[in-house]
Amino acid sequence: MHITINGKVYDAKPEQMVIEVARENGIYIPSLCYHPKIGKAGKCRVCVVEVEGIGGLQTSCTTQVSEGMKVVTNSENILEAQRMVVNLMLANGRHDCIKCEQNGDCELQDAAYYLGIENPPYQFGIIEPQIDDSAEMIQVDRSKCIECGRCVAACNNTVVNEVLEFGNRGFDTKIIFDNDLLMGESSCVQCGECVQICPVGALIDKRAIGKGRTWELDKVETVCPYCGVGCKLELHIDRKTDEIVRITGVEDSPTNEGMLCVKGRYGFDFVKSDERLTTPLIKENGKLREASWDEAITLVASKFNGIKKKFGSDAIAGLASAKVTNEENFVFQKLIRREVGTNNIDHCARL
Amino acid sequence: MRQNSKAFNRHGIITLKNVGKINPESIEDFIAHDGYIAFEKALFDMNEDEVIDEVKDSGLRGRGGAGFPTGLKWSFTAPLKVKDKFIICNADEGEPGTCKDRLIMEGDPHKLIEGILIAGYAVRANKGYIYIRGEYYLSIERLGKAIKDAYKHGYLGQKILETNFSFDLEIKVGGGAYVCGEETSLIESLEGKRGLPRFKPPFPGIAGLWQKPSVVNNVETLCNIPDIISKGGEWFRSFGTKKSTGTKIFMILGNVKNPGIIELPQGVTLRELIYEHGGGMEDDKELKCTLVGGAAGCFVGPDLLDIPMTIESLSEHGAALGSGSILVLKEGTNLIALMKNLMHFFKHESCGQCTPCRYGTEKLYRLICKISDDIARNKPDVNDLNEMLETAKMMQKTSLCALGQSPLMPLESAMKYCVIDEFKKRVIK
Amino acid sequence: MYKNICKNFEPKRDNLLLILHEIQDSHPQQYITKNAMKYVAEYLKISIAQVKGVISFYTMFSTTPRGKYLIRVCNSTACFIKGSDNVLEILNNILDLEKESITEDNLFSLETCSCLGVCGNAPVMMINKEVYGNLNEKKIKKIISDLKRGNK
Ligand SMILES: Cc1cc2nc3c(=O)[nH]c(=O)nc-3n(C[C@H](O)[C@H](O)[C@H](O)COP(=O)(O)O)c2cc1C
Ligand code: SF4
Ligand code: SF4
Ligand code: SF4
Ligand code: SF4
Ligand code: FES
Repeated sequence: MHITINGKVYDAKPEQMVIEVARENGIYIPSLCYHPKIGKAGKCRVCVVEVEGIGGLQTSCTTQVSEGMKVVTNSENILEAQRMVVNLMLANGRHDCIKCEQNGDCELQDAAYYLGIENPPYQFGIIEPQIDDSAEMIQVDRSKCIECGRCVAACNNTVVNEVLEFGNRGFDTKIIFDNDLLMGESSCVQCGECVQICPVGALIDKRAIGKGRTWELDKVETVCPYCGVGCKLELHIDRKTDEIVRITGVEDSPTNEGMLCVKGRYGFDFVKSDERLTTPLIKENGKLREASWDEAITLVASKFNGIKKKFGSDAIAGLASAKVTNEENFVFQKLIRREVGTNNIDHCARL
Repeated sequence: MRQNSKAFNRHGIITLKNVGKINPESIEDFIAHDGYIAFEKALFDMNEDEVIDEVKDSGLRGRGGAGFPTGLKWSFTAPLKVKDKFIICNADEGEPGTCKDRLIMEGDPHKLIEGILIAGYAVRANKGYIYIRGEYYLSIERLGKAIKDAYKHGYLGQKILETNFSFDLEIKVGGGAYVCGEETSLIESLEGKRGLPRFKPPFPGIAGLWQKPSVVNNVETLCNIPDIISKGGEWFRSFGTKKSTGTKIFMILGNVKNPGIIELPQGVTLRELIYEHGGGMEDDKELKCTLVGGAAGCFVGPDLLDIPMTIESLSEHGAALGSGSILVLKEGTNLIALMKNLMHFFKHESCGQCTPCRYGTEKLYRLICKISDDIARNKPDVNDLNEMLETAKMMQKTSLCALGQSPLMPLESAMKYCVIDEFKKRVIK
Repeated sequence: MYKNICKNFEPKRDNLLLILHEIQDSHPQQYITKNAMKYVAEYLKISIAQVKGVISFYTMFSTTPRGKYLIRVCNSTACFIKGSDNVLEILNNILDLEKESITEDNLFSLETCSCLGVCGNAPVMMINKEVYGNLNEKKIKKIISDLKRGNK
């Protein structure tokens, strides 16, 4: 199937929305509520385009392609409407990008930049920060929230924790946690999915505050070391200090589709902990001393052989860790079954 | 408490025919007044498509505000082969100055049930819901009783009147939200959720309640159905104009001598409505203008006194009929204060789901407040008025549902007629 | 109490509004308590946030106590033209309260509401389930003092 966008013909798949085809082909349409993971929302109304044969403006995130469809994304009529919508958002929030953690990685900022908006011509009074700092890992700043609904959809439909919902209506609409509690008092498990999906700086990783701008951070993809699921993560590393500043899930990873649990996302203290073991330790006369791997392994092997000889194989048991991979667990049970010779092998199955 | 409706006994033609005449709590009385005859005729003497054709032939258009042809709407849903299909009666009646549906539900509840049954039969639906706004306690009570009685008499339930047609009917109650009158928002509310409108397509006729095909019709619309079936589309067309057939219930309110509700053949003029049926202007004051169709309606001034009050002729003049409410305003009415009331209404009733309406309605309200204050200080700024207009235009272009698209109409028409005068009088050169 | 109310309804989400109405009406102060919300959420197997989201969307529901008599004054256009502001002011004076609040003896609370569909009799108000139309100062005073007397 083919559709025309701004006079050029592009390939499209029948079930696609106009915005998806545009994105695939590098055509920017400002959008704030749409996210591939949560699907069409049609709430922010920024992504409007003109479609030949249909009067008025259509939201490109909810308009399905059809053969021969002709779409315009950049007429003055469209840009003017988009500008007014974005202006309304800016007018109603505290969008002082200078201090904002999201600066440089903000979809509202991108939209404003694209539309050439400097300062909104109108302001809904003086807007103070409205910060909820009660939660362990996440900070909420309602003065930056644009009520796009992505976090609500993510919490309910993606991670299915069902903590978030919209409360009130009209101008008073706001996101609520449980029975309108502070985030830290709610049943939120701090999985951080809502932070990752928020297009602006309304939900942010608390521990990353002030630790560096997004463009100062190197992005490194890796696999979470905590459990066998093997979620793909992206480490955001401060180039100068080589410290991890924050961790996000990789959206196109088939294992986790961007989702992480609280440990994978926020439990990275151990990486540079002073208490972290870096070499084997051998206890002699009640005191631990550093040793080489060779020395340690030889010692353990001889002790195991001693026990086996004296009490039999079944005197030994192996307990594997969920933190290692399936392959490593396989090797471990081979070791216990074949080399030690016992079926006493189990797995902690959880952290 | 009874409605002030001096005129309706004399004028009830179709939808208000029985209101005030029969005992609304007695199904026997309804049956004695030819009740359920049309339904039986449809059920026994007509097939589903014939019913739809008759409705199409009548030219009936939705009375909920948008004026969509009813037969056509049904014909989208009828051929769909799915297990569950629904008829949803929109009895949310939230438009300010609108009270026609309430009058029917309190005065002739079985007529509505009969209309729903015929609709259900025609589109092969198996369940109906009447969504009544929560404040209509008496309507809920009367319809509740009527439904019970209809079950008892075998008009509802399994194998109705020993045919293969089965149909259940249930009342659902709103919680105080104007936007829930919008059909997709109503469906969300029926599902027990926040009343946030859905984007269309898909339309409810294809995927509505629980994503099943659902026909949404207004109370007045459905109450036209029994007579269309029993007397024929042609008979129905003998009332009204070519494009606006049948009758319409008008609510004549505000500064008239006899405010009230009246059913009239379509095509009456504003002059007739005010001076004949409404008894003329209160205290014999001059007419300033009228607000037709409620908050989402449109100001219509004395220049249009003699055009027919139909969808098509009003739209030729950039106006709309809406629900049929006509708020008559006398000379000297403070239109800015009224606009403030309207803008507060929109801001209060916006569901808050989409950006242009959530923030735009607030912006409009703040601007009109500023204008109002400025006028009091004799320093109105025409730029504020233009800013309002620009904002409302943008809302009209980009809002998700018709609520956000609505403020433009009253605003623009008010400027055309009167608000500008209030400015002119005061703008300091 | 709310447990018995829930039992009358199938535990399906589309009954949420009906259940909330009944719970609210059954409370002498016409509101929905936190415990009731929690129970309803469990009964319908939905999150408490979803229940709260619904309650806070619809203006008829309240999560704070109201008076034994809940007065709703229509302030939509038709009533506005006929002086609903006046009605509010009179009520505020008689009851000695600020808009949308409750009297000290918990007997009356005052709210505004959208069109009650009795526009032919504007201005109107509703007290609990009863509608009063064609209001003027004398009439309002009588209605209120009758209600007060009935409560002595
Ligand atoms: C904001 C809004 C409020 C509405 N309120 C009502 C209402 O109270 N009653 C009604 O019948 N239709 C209302 N409508 C129109 C409905 O969406 C729908 O068009 C109508 O119920 C269809 O029925 P009909 O074809 O019989 O007119 C409203 C529409 C909007 C956008
Ligand atoms: S949320 Fe975005 S637009 Fe708002 S202050 Fe932060 S970076 Fe700027
Ligand atoms: S952190 Fe997770 S559980 Fe908590 S609100 Fe966000 S998405 Fe929901
Ligand atoms: S917190 Fe973020 S994701 Fe959630 S509604 Fe606000 S802007 Fe959208
Ligand atoms: S236009 Fe207004 S009422 Fe309609 S969906 Fe948008 S916010 Fe809600
Ligand atoms: S991205 Fe399309 S409406 Fe928000």
